[in-house]
Amino acid sequence: MKSAAPKTRWQRFQESDFIFDYRHAPVTIVASVVVLVLALTAVLAPLVAPSNPFDPASLNLMNGFTPPMEPNAFTGETFILGTDDQGRDLLSAIIYGLRVSLFVGIMSVMLAMGMGVTLGLLAGYIGGWVDNLIMRCADIQMTFPSILIAMLIFGVLRGIIPPDLRDEMAILVLILAIGLSEWVPFARTVRATTLVEKEKEYVQAARLIGLSRIQIMRRHILPNVLGPVLVIATITLALSIIAEATLSFLGVGAPPTEPSLGTLIRIGQDYLFSGEWWILLFPALTLLALALSVNLLGDWLKDTLNPRLK
Amino acid sequence: MLAILLRRLYQAGLVLLLVALVSFSIFRFVGDPVDNILGQEATVEDRRELIERMGLDDPVAVQYVRFIWNAVRGDFGISYRTAEPVSGLIAERLPATLELAFVSAMFALTFGILLGIYTAIRRDGFLANLVMTVSLIGVSLPTFLIGVLLIWLFAVELGWLPSFGRGKTVMIGSWETGLLTASGLKSILLPAVTLGLYQMTLIMRLVRSEMLEVLRQDFIKFARARGLTERMVLFRHALRNTLVPVTTVAGLQLGSIVAFAIITETVFQWPGVGLMFINAVYFVDIPVMSAYLLLVGTLFVIINFAVDLLYLAIDPRIKDDHLKGNGS
Repeated sequence: MKSAAPKTRWQRFQESDFIFDYRHAPVTIVASVVVLVLALTAVLAPLVAPSNPFDPASLNLMNGFTPPMEPNAFTGETFILGTDDQGRDLLSAIIYGLRVSLFVGIMSVMLAMGMGVTLGLLAGYIGGWVDNLIMRCADIQMTFPSILIAMLIFGVLRGIIPPDLRDEMAILVLILAIGLSEWVPFARTVRATTLVEKEKEYVQAARLIGLSRIQIMRRHILPNVLGPVLVIATITLALSIIAEATLSFLGVGAPPTEPSLGTLIRIGQDYLFSGEWWILLFPALTLLALALSVNLLGDWLKDTLNPRLK
Repeated sequence: MLAILLRRLYQAGLVLLLVALVSFSIFRFVGDPVDNILGQEATVEDRRELIERMGLDDPVAVQYVRFIWNAVRGDFGISYRTAEPVSGLIAERLPATLELAFVSAMFALTFGILLGIYTAIRRDGFLANLVMTVSLIGVSLPTFLIGVLLIWLFAVELGWLPSFGRGKTVMIGSWETGLLTASGLKSILLPAVTLGLYQMTLIMRLVRSEMLEVLRQDFIKFARARGLTERMVLFRHALRNTLVPVTTVAGLQLGSIVAFAIITETVFQWPGVGLMFINAVYFVDIPVMSAYLLLVGTLFVIINFAVDLLYLAIDPRIKDDHLKGNGS
């Protein structure tokens, strides 16, 4: 089974089980394409969006409540997805909202991951009272649903920052609140893997040549716990996006000046009774497509990277 | 048995004290209580008098103990926003939340178990597959979207059910109930379904997979061989053996129902404690937030404790295991 020429890293990657699995999972391919398209649209928002929804000069109140694909009765302008109450182009608002949603989602997962992995490594490697303290905190936090914890942290942070800065710092507060509410699964998994890894010979060897604890944790154990962390990060991303949308929908998230998908749905709900269904439907569908695709990707990663299922 | 009980009780107490500590820290250190009560223009004497009266210059430990003592007596301070006692606000709104939680828990349990059994015995049936697929979509939808979609369908398009509020309510003593009037019952339907849908799906899937597991076992074959009716076999023999995991999940989900009631109550403008909490977060009404945390925290600890005890009651095997584990 020897190959003639040594393969490049890229070739080996292409022939790996991982890529094989991916090619044979049509749902996952669709999901990843959806995520990719949505992410690119969000990143390139200023180039892709028909107009800038935050620029008051581009808004014309006469355009308000234009149904999708129909010319406006007063101005004759047509909007693909219609407009909202302010005459804002809904497609542009969704693209910019997607940007806020994804940014908050990704940043809060980074925060949760950084915190969870660090605490998990410390708990697993050092053990003793450090382990006890960290894991008891995790246990207690796990008793409460994370959305409740996020709301509470949001409220407390709002109480700490001065009132005139509240809207400006809302996005930061949102990231902190969601991030701090989701570190536990990371810490638990990393701790469990660390407990196994630290007994292995390569760690003993590293200790023997006199490496410091921090070096061993960072350079030797950390790379070996990253697989499960990636899976949890993907699933947590879906949870974060939904948590952000929920908080914004409840009015305790993204400020009206920087609406996320949740904020747009909140606005849309107000016009449900008067028949302007598109203001609600399109942001809701975008949110669903995003959350569902990320979730499907996470599920697939979990199954593929889990050696027990092979 | 008693040893397990005492240990659990001790752990529950510890968690409660911790929750109280967090709640106290929020109450005392987030924002300045004196500024919040008196406003910026208060004189130095006024401030000193209030600090004296509230005991804000006592050692923190003393204040913590006083906070717990007050909470036990039902005194949670004064709301910064409405200047009413927080305990009164909660007492007024708690019945609405409890009724909503109760109805949605009943909905989730009844339909979850029935649909779980149905999808297990008609495993490949068209209807069973349909239920399973729809449930998958239901799980992926965020709670608030389910609520909005239900309002759209049943309140806007069909006009069958009201979209907000509790409808007509009746007072029974100090308990304001909406369960005795037709409009109250109509009003609770949509919020209860919204709140219970996720839990129902969870219970249904659990019952289904447990039933499939149990129905394969020998004692079921034996029960059938004994000529018991299908109903006896399903409900007395099979269902009973699925109850341990179902109790755990259902019990622990009771806590989530209370937490997610915040979202449902906001969507349907249901006048319960969840809506009160969201408003408190929005207006930074610290005493209300701290009281809500204490209330919900206590509820969670009690639920966890009760689920633990229920295990012991339902499954005698657990008791034996513990005894063996303790070496006695």
